[in-house]
Amino acid sequence: MEKNLPILELRGICKYFGGIHALEDVDFSVCPQEVVALVGDNGAGKSTLIKIIAGVHYPTRGEIYWQGEKVEINSPQDARNLGIETVYQELALVETRDVPTNFFLGREPTRGKWKIFVDHKKMTEETTKTLQDLGVTIPRLNTLVRYLSGGQRQSLAIGRIIPWGGKVIIMDEPTAALGVKESRRVLDLVRQLKEKGCSVIIISHNLRHVFSVADRIVVLRGGRKVGEKKKEETTMDEIVKLMVGAEML
Amino acid sequence: MIEDPQIEEEREEEESQPTLLFRIFHNQLITLILVLLVIVVFLGVTTRTFLTANNIFNVLRAFSWIAIAAFGQSMVIIGGGIDLSCGSNMAFCGIVAGAFLVAGYPVALAVLVALAVGAGIGFLNGFMVSRTYLPPFIATLGMMSIIRGFCYGLTSGWPVRGLPQSFLFLGQADIPFLTWKIPLPAIIMVAFAIFSFILLEKTKLGYHIYAVGGNEYAASLAGINCSRVKLVIFTLSGLFAGLGGILMTSRLGVAAPTAASGYELDVIAAAAIGGISLDGGEGSVWGALIGAALMQILRNALVLLGFPAYWQPSAIGAVIIGAVMIDQYRKRRI
Repeated sequence: MEKNLPILELRGICKYFGGIHALEDVDFSVCPQEVVALVGDNGAGKSTLIKIIAGVHYPTRGEIYWQGEKVEINSPQDARNLGIETVYQELALVETRDVPTNFFLGREPTRGKWKIFVDHKKMTEETTKTLQDLGVTIPRLNTLVRYLSGGQRQSLAIGRIIPWGGKVIIMDEPTAALGVKESRRVLDLVRQLKEKGCSVIIISHNLRHVFSVADRIVVLRGGRKVGEKKKEETTMDEIVKLMVGAEML
Repeated sequence: MIEDPQIEEEREEEESQPTLLFRIFHNQLITLILVLLVIVVFLGVTTRTFLTANNIFNVLRAFSWIAIAAFGQSMVIIGGGIDLSCGSNMAFCGIVAGAFLVAGYPVALAVLVALAVGAGIGFLNGFMVSRTYLPPFIATLGMMSIIRGFCYGLTSGWPVRGLPQSFLFLGQADIPFLTWKIPLPAIIMVAFAIFSFILLEKTKLGYHIYAVGGNEYAASLAGINCSRVKLVIFTLSGLFAGLGGILMTSRLGVAAPTAASGYELDVIAAAAIGGISLDGGEGSVWGALIGAALMQILRNALVLLGFPAYWQPSAIGAVIIGAVMIDQYRKRRI
């Protein structure tokens, strides 16, 4: 379809949870510097699909190719090692810890010879810098995440994937808890990431957001892929019809 | 929607400038230290014996093994678990050390074997919790009973007596420091408090313990090996309980199969009073240390004030409820 090879390609992905078929024979690919939107009604299988890419779920059947080579993604760590960074819908923050600790969760920088002592000062500095670049204001970084607002939490969850140089960025409902201004900033960030050479997979219920950033839109319904359109070749109406099933309208 | 950026800014400013009173109230540790100070001053004024070096060192010695077990317990609770087997573990490690000593083995070997047994019991707890997905409460409840059975079974219910003087030194010796003679268990307790503090709050493993207890799902998404973290904290809890049991046995001079009955609840209470949330993910070992101290000072105070000893458990219970209530109120208010 595209001239350049996909950086990530999924072929014939099925995922069953007990008797429930969450995904049925789904093909999905992302090219370098491409923004792909994943849309669909609740329960369509969007989150399951991205969790397979992120290493949270393992597919029942199907194959994953990274830069043309077949890979196994058995854990979130595997996905990260490939260069896949994920912002989860649940945000996956530890509420009882402060902002820098969440920012570096699981990959705390260390100092000293034995690499066991965490360098909290460095964490605070880097967090301050990245959040400033993003235009996010969190008054005191040593606040526990429990006391942050919904918007601040979401900004933190998005901001913390930035420094790691992921090649594919997955965002599950990144604008769900955000106001108008912050949403615009997230969409700007998606464009910036694309300019920097990243690919982005974005899930959103807000079709206006989808149409403002996506190059290509993939529609899921009932665990199957029911549509795949270039943005220029489709309309919001058509996407909505695909999402809910045309016979219902 | 009408947005007024100025109001927003002012509110943020207010939030970022907490008052001194807020800071004091914000910290359960400081609240506890203040309560402790009030009790100490009150007892110092009303009784003649409380503020003597002798009494203070006796109090220190009396809660040292509870506190040491509580440091291990704190790591487990902060990591989202609970260890009910620590009381039985203390008794069993005392019996193991005692049996080796009575059989004529050197003190160092007996102590090392007992510590290994303690750590091994902890490892089994950790294994059950992380590999078979048993809830920590159930796994360690079962282990508590199993180990207590071993205590009775291996000794036929008889206490192990005739421990050598070189072993009793551990729990009974005083180390001269300036003009005082500080009990050795108290020094060991402080050393382990510092070790636990550094482990929990400065190392990568410590950060991961808090993460697993605070939000296990988020921790695993962040690539943290939650099973390994659980294995480590339960093993450490077993090891610390074992050390507490050895010091206790050494102090009492006898390893009784009924020893340390109900201590698991004292140990958990020490952690809870100290602001370590049973939901996991927060608190510090200093809290457990002060919690253990507070309970022992209260017991001491009730004795010195001529309070009938039978009522002691009620007073301790009231302190547990009161302390955790303050902690909860504090967290909700902010």
